Amino acid sequence: MEYAVLFLPLLGSILGYFGKSLGNFFSEIATSFFVTASAILSIVIFYNGITAGSYGNFKIFEWISSGNFVANWSIKIDPLSSIMLVVVTLVSSIVHIYSIGYMSHDPHKPRFMSYLSLFTFSMLALVVSDNFLQLFFGWEGVGLCSYLLIGFWYKRNSANNAAIKAFIVNRVGDFGLAVGIFLIFYHLGTINYDEVFSLIPTLVNKEINFLGFEYNLITIICLSLFIGAMGKSAQFLLHTWLPDAMEGPTPVSALIHAATMVTAGVFLVVRCSPIFEYSSVALNVVAVIGMITAIFAASVALVQNDIKRIIAYSTCSQLGYMFFAVGVGAYHVAMFHLFTHAFFKALLFLGSGSVIHAFKDDQDIRNMGGVWKQLPYTWVLMLIGTLALTGFPLLSGFYSKDAIIEFAFLKHTFMGNSVAIVGIITAFLTSIYSWRLIFKTFHGKYMNKKIPIKETHESPLIMLVPLIFLAFGAIFSGYLFKELFIGENSESFWLNSIFFIEMTSHDNIPLWFLALTPLLVIISIPVSYFLFVKDKKILDGFKERYKTFYNFLLNKWYVDEFYDIILVNPIKKIGYIFWKKGDEGTIDRFGPNGISKIIKLISDKAVQFQSGYIYDYAFIMLIGLSALITYLIIY
Amino acid sequence: MDFPILSLIIFLPLLGATFIFLFRYQKDTNKSAIYVSIFTSLANLLLAFFLWFLFDNNYTGFQFIEEKNWISGLIKFKLGIDGISILFILLTAFITPICIFSCINSVKERVKEFLIAILVLETFMIGVFCSLDLVIFYLFFEAGLIPMFLIIGIWGGERRVYSAFKFFLYTLLGSVLMLVAIISIYWITGTTDITSINEIKIPSEFQYILWLAFFSSFAVKMPMWPVHTWLPDAHVEAPTAGSVILAAILLKMGGYGFLRFSIPLFPVATEYFTPMIYFLSLIAIIYTSLVALMQEDMKKLIAYSSVAHMGYVTLGIFTLTKQGIDGGMFQMLSHGLISAALFLCVGVLYDRSHSRLIKTYGGVVNSIPKYSLVFIIFALAALGLPGTTGFLGEFLVLIGIFQKDYLIGLVATIGVVLCAAYMLWLTKRVIFGQIKNQEVKILKDVNFSEGTMLFILATIVIIFGFYPEPLLNTMNVTINGLIDNYENDLIYHLSASK
Repeated sequence: MEYAVLFLPLLGSILGYFGKSLGNFFSEIATSFFVTASAILSIVIFYNGITAGSYGNFKIFEWISSGNFVANWSIKIDPLSSIMLVVVTLVSSIVHIYSIGYMSHDPHKPRFMSYLSLFTFSMLALVVSDNFLQLFFGWEGVGLCSYLLIGFWYKRNSANNAAIKAFIVNRVGDFGLAVGIFLIFYHLGTINYDEVFSLIPTLVNKEINFLGFEYNLITIICLSLFIGAMGKSAQFLLHTWLPDAMEGPTPVSALIHAATMVTAGVFLVVRCSPIFEYSSVALNVVAVIGMITAIFAASVALVQNDIKRIIAYSTCSQLGYMFFAVGVGAYHVAMFHLFTHAFFKALLFLGSGSVIHAFKDDQDIRNMGGVWKQLPYTWVLMLIGTLALTGFPLLSGFYSKDAIIEFAFLKHTFMGNSVAIVGIITAFLTSIYSWRLIFKTFHGKYMNKKIPIKETHESPLIMLVPLIFLAFGAIFSGYLFKELFIGENSESFWLNSIFFIEMTSHDNIPLWFLALTPLLVIISIPVSYFLFVKDKKILDGFKERYKTFYNFLLNKWYVDEFYDIILVNPIKKIGYIFWKKGDEGTIDRFGPNGISKIIKLISDKAVQFQSGYIYDYAFIMLIGLSALITYLIIY
Repeated sequence: MDFPILSLIIFLPLLGATFIFLFRYQKDTNKSAIYVSIFTSLANLLLAFFLWFLFDNNYTGFQFIEEKNWISGLIKFKLGIDGISILFILLTAFITPICIFSCINSVKERVKEFLIAILVLETFMIGVFCSLDLVIFYLFFEAGLIPMFLIIGIWGGERRVYSAFKFFLYTLLGSVLMLVAIISIYWITGTTDITSINEIKIPSEFQYILWLAFFSSFAVKMPMWPVHTWLPDAHVEAPTAGSVILAAILLKMGGYGFLRFSIPLFPVATEYFTPMIYFLSLIAIIYTSLVALMQEDMKKLIAYSSVAHMGYVTLGIFTLTKQGIDGGMFQMLSHGLISAALFLCVGVLYDRSHSRLIKTYGGVVNSIPKYSLVFIIFALAALGLPGTTGFLGEFLVLIGIFQKDYLIGLVATIGVVLCAAYMLWLTKRVIFGQIKNQEVKILKDVNFSEGTMLFILATIVIIFGFYPEPLLNTMNVTINGLIDNYENDLIYHLSASK
């Protein structure tokens, strides 16, 4: 069964790709069927895990062994990986089915479906790994699929650029992950999770020397791994690829850039909790980066106009939540938020896909508005997604997001309090930009000049039914799984897949604090209605008055421009200088070309000696003879 | 083993070449020459596989030794292989038929002579990997220059003469020094037999200068920075088959030389010069990656990327850790396949539209999707995607180097990011996008022979990427022995100097 879960999507991918000749329909059915089968099996595995505790580690075969460096292809089923299995395969199968409708007009549908399945396989390989090398395989594998899918519409230059950007920024992250793995192997002699985690306490207090400074080894390892996580999960400084990745088809954004791949970073840190727990410095860094990302992305999302980019920044911001949750040691809460987030964010993306479908591929929310009667199902579904995302009471986001804030508050440390404050502020911002999206898209005046409002139409059933499944998840997943993930007895569920040094406290939280976030969230609804629908003048005035600040947000804090100036352009310039000045101007000039020039020069001179006149030769002979005699006389 | 299988493998291609040489010119000479050469090279490939089958993975030392007196008392014709050389023999025997297949499409003039050159070259290359006597090694090593020189000089592009001479000058300069070193070794130890020299042990005071002499030759072949500039020119001007052999096999002779001679014969000097090697390798990795990024010619770009990849090889070999050397070896084999495939890919485009410039293309995927798929696979393999051989080589090398020095490891790891940048940018500019040029629109997709070659290469790159054990097992014992001997020799020399 475990093998089937992993390999069915791969099989589907291969069949889907090479079954092109059997027609689009075959590819769609094959890929969707295999992934759905895999999803059902993962639910069975998850259920067996909860009820019977049937976890295990299956070795497929040995991948590589070089000296004491050994890595296997393996399937490790434990609570953590079984959750990820469910999330990945479930969302994936829903997205597969949705894509049949969404991509129905695309000539390259088999390729698309095949990439989706291949992605699912890589992601599964990542989560079920029992060692860092297979993790790395999956890590880069999902990066590859993300690259292929962002650049799926390969005729668009912007899509190709976004694809390359995604891969290379991720490579920078992978660089960190790889360094982390090298350090782990060098100091512990193994890259198997269980062995590494059991040996890690021996490294406490170990310092390493780098460039003359002493650093704590575990902190360095954690930070290296975290760079990898930052790349994949689009955390601040390495986030620039995620908004651009929206160039890909919308189902891709839902699956890869919202529900699954981008959460791999969170998964990595949670998986490595036995290492991170030994480095408070690293955990604080994680929390700080998470906070910056949460605030940054939410602030940028406030002013963006592309419907998918808003949701992309929202994803970025929510990932920030997960990271600062991890940073204060709330691994299980982070996983819970990952779980619920997968549902409502996929719902929002697929819903926005439905909207984009209705507007014939226009993504600018300034060209929408007032269509809620035209798209009633989409409207309701998007509302559910928004309510869940903003943490409206009793929906899934409410349980997971508030749990993070409460957990941080209960820490009673400086970091905990800052996290709680940032969490609350971000929750408020989240609520505002989410409602802005809803109001601008579905309410107010119809703003599109190209398409008459009559022509906007609801999406076909094959796109709506998957959304309904997700909506169920968005509504109930919080309530249903709260006890299991973060309840009083959650330790008996997590077993040893998550490691805490300190036990979590279960103190009571003051009531005013409990009510604070939901209250803000509810207040924000009328506020945003007023701002974005009723009276737009206030905002316009604000835009005018704080033009610089507005542009700062609109241009995403100028991070891309900053990178262009300090990295991209200099690197190209240096490359050109090395080539022209280094290789051609120096090495060739003084090397082979120089030598041949000198030889030519000398031979040209030597030729002149052979004048053909006998007295020239006689004169030279005379000089030679006298020199010889002088030499013999002196010595 | 009584049957001289190594001699057979070495001289079979020569036999085939002689056979083609004796053809009279007729209407279908070219065709039959191609058949004969394909037959010869495939027979040789089978032989190589058979040799691999017979090869004992667990035996330390050389196997299938053949020994004959050549100049009595002075030079012996001694052959033998170990876990390192067998893999290179396999690679050579595998790449040669591919080159010959590629000729069918790309070489139109003097086909007969071209095939003779390739087969003769195969003889010399396999000879290099089998020789256990310095003089024999030197002969094969140098003789290989001649057919390659001719291949570039006769069948090359516009600036072929310049490139051919540059290639020849560079490589000759290095090898002359090596010849001097070989003669001095004979003076010092009284033999040129590698196994005996290993036992006699060269006194440490001579090692430094001898090491440098060998190094100058291998560094040029490798090629290491700053003696790499012949490579881009040679690649650009060489015909496709020439580029393939150059990249896949000739470059590996440098790495092979380090493993076979520099490290076992001169351990003290090796240890002394290791920092220099690290330094040069790092420059090779970073500097040439940056240069590769800015190239406008596809072949030049791949040539520069070869220099960067070879930087990992030297880095790995000289860590003298198990993982490092495994990685270096694996990287050489993997680069042999991947760069060969990439040059074939460029050759496919060149045969159709006679341009190697990146800006000529763009949107290739619209007209030739099959080709594009293969190109993308190899580009990804070159940038070291896990699941391909390119990844394992690099990863093992980096694991090796991290055990020696963090800083060097970090800098080397940056190269991985740069490699992704130039490979993907190349892919984007050639494969994706809108069709800009009318010529691209009418391109024909890969034909049967091209498709088969590329498909086989892609399959091997992926299979060994997931399951590298056959290769790693073959070299395992030999590399362990190499490291053990190196460490023992170092201790021996240390105690001798005290």
